[in-house]
Amino acid sequence: MTGDVLLELDHVTIQFGGLKAVADLTLQIGRGELVGLIGPNGAGKTTVFNLVTGVYAPTVGRMLFEGRPIQGMKPHAIAARGITRTFQNIRLFASRCCRDNVCIAAHQHARAGLADAILRTRRFEDDERDIQRRAGELLEILGLSAWADTPAAELPYGQQRRLEIARALAGRPRLLLLDEPAAGLNPQESDQLMRLIEDIRQRFHLTILLIEHDMRVVMGICRRIAVLDYGVKIAEGTPGQIRTDPRVIEAYLGEEVHADLGAGG
Amino acid sequence: MRRALWLAGVLVALVALNVALPRLLNPYLFQIVVLCGINVILAVSLNLVNGFTGQFSIGHAGFMALGAYGSAMFSLHVGQGWVAALEAGHVPGVVAEGFALLLALLVGGLLSALAGYLVGLPSLRLRGDYLAIVTLGFGEIIRVIITNVDAVGASRGLPGIPGWVNFFWVGLGVAAVIFLSLNLARSTHGRALFAIRDDEVAAEALGVDTTSYKVLAFVLGAFFAGVAGGLFAHYLSYLNPNSFTFLKSIEVIAMVVLGGLGSVSGAVLAAIVLTLLPEVLRPVKDYRMVLYSFMLIVLMITRPQGLLGNRELSLTWLTRRRRRAGAPSA
Ligand SMILES: Nc1ncnc2c1ncn2[C@@H]1O[C@H](COP(=O)(O)OP(=O)(O)OP(=O)(O)O)[C@@H](O)[C@H]1O
Ligand SMILES: [Mg+2]
Repeated sequence: MTGDVLLELDHVTIQFGGLKAVADLTLQIGRGELVGLIGPNGAGKTTVFNLVTGVYAPTVGRMLFEGRPIQGMKPHAIAARGITRTFQNIRLFASRCCRDNVCIAAHQHARAGLADAILRTRRFEDDERDIQRRAGELLEILGLSAWADTPAAELPYGQQRRLEIARALAGRPRLLLLDEPAAGLNPQESDQLMRLIEDIRQRFHLTILLIEHDMRVVMGICRRIAVLDYGVKIAEGTPGQIRTDPRVIEAYLGEEVHADLGAGG
Repeated sequence: MRRALWLAGVLVALVALNVALPRLLNPYLFQIVVLCGINVILAVSLNLVNGFTGQFSIGHAGFMALGAYGSAMFSLHVGQGWVAALEAGHVPGVVAEGFALLLALLVGGLLSALAGYLVGLPSLRLRGDYLAIVTLGFGEIIRVIITNVDAVGASRGLPGIPGWVNFFWVGLGVAAVIFLSLNLARSTHGRALFAIRDDEVAAEALGVDTTSYKVLAFVLGAFFAGVAGGLFAHYLSYLNPNSFTFLKSIEVIAMVVLGGLGSVSGAVLAAIVLTLLPEVLRPVKDYRMVLYSFMLIVLMITRPQGLLGNRELSLTWLTRRRRRAGAPSA
């Protein structure tokens, strides 16, 4: 990988009691890339996201975003820097409608203050119109327009996954972290979603780090993949290299996904 | 322009009611109306914390007490003198008293807000339950201090507070807290509060500074509890620490829960219902509180989401509901 590095993890370790959930991880992600992060259950993939978004602070190591350190920052401050995420175990604002879910994430770009909001100043009205318009666009792109006024809790499962993505985009990130966005979807839905993700990446000039449990899904759209196993990065490379890597095959042994390896996704 | 008209309309209505109500109602009924207003302010302000933001504060009576005693002390030692001086300078009595009352309410509100900030900042950084414990302790500490400090009358109570509050001022307080709540709810800041209630982790990950917003809601809630306390003090002209026990906090929580956590109109409605209920039940004497509790239980069993659930009472709500019935479902 050459050129402009957007996110750099430098020997990052996090320890929970006796367990090193992520051990000495070094990973670079270039601007505009779509990188896959895969690994068996409990490999530490979600923990990497929790580190990058500030939910946990690394025990050891440095994390740089656009060349500036982000370790030790609070999650909302990291989001403001330009990193947003989706959650593996969907965490929508259940009682709010889809539109509000998206608007909430546009929050950090609001220019109107509290007094503007309470006194309904011109600045507030303009701001609000912008936020609503942008939310409408994002819902449209994710195919959620028909559900705009539906509380998130009442959405069908597949749409909830999409709303997670719409919401993360509303924060206008430069780096988008997607944690198993296709989990629970059938193969057609999941292929469709992957195409949508590639679309979004180009349209918004995004860099994406994509966690996926099922290798087949990422092989199609990621040009570079990193593999975690027991918190350790055991391989990194093109889908072709990953597919034939003996350590990767071994890590996935005993998993159903194993069958997909030979089939080549 | 439209906003100016609204404001003028509200003021005219309040002045008219201020003239009409004392003539239409006997003093007993009038007092109930005023207490309804004060309880509405308490419920709507606690709704900012427990309803909008999903935190659990159980010390609202403490903030009310601070506002009540703070504003009363200000009026007794400062305000009254100013009113006398202004009247000597031929300023009309209503104006002088209104000015002094406004200042006293501001003093009471700000004192409560400051206390809310000091109590809220450390406990709101932590997860949910800490706030409940800390506010519980805070409410009791305030009451115990008041009961023991002679300067504020200790357990004998504080008499002689100027009775400057009439219907106009209570109505203005009610209008202010409702106006603030509704506009806050329909703004990016209100959405941030609701997001915290629904999922704090997700809110934080999407750029909401959850600690600051929790503190903000808490401080605003404390401010209006203080204002309610100030109105209470300057209406009754007498304060007693027993008005601010833990039971008062519970009563306000009951209003917020009964109204539907997060619903401003629900809090208003429930505050009125729960103020009237004990009065309506007066004829049954000894069984009054039994019946009161029983009716609360029945209400909560039949409508666990509260009277209005999450919603606001409005025409758009009805139309939106109809529209939603036609939305796609899967
Ligand atoms: N807060 C925590 N405290 C203790 N252990 C944790 C914590 N978070 C994660 N772990 C442990 O770290 C390991 C990695 O978990 P993680 O959720 O990152 O795995 P994953 O690769 O996302 O797995 P999956 O595919 O199941 O989502 C697991 O053993 C998990 O139990
Ligand atoms: Mg995971």
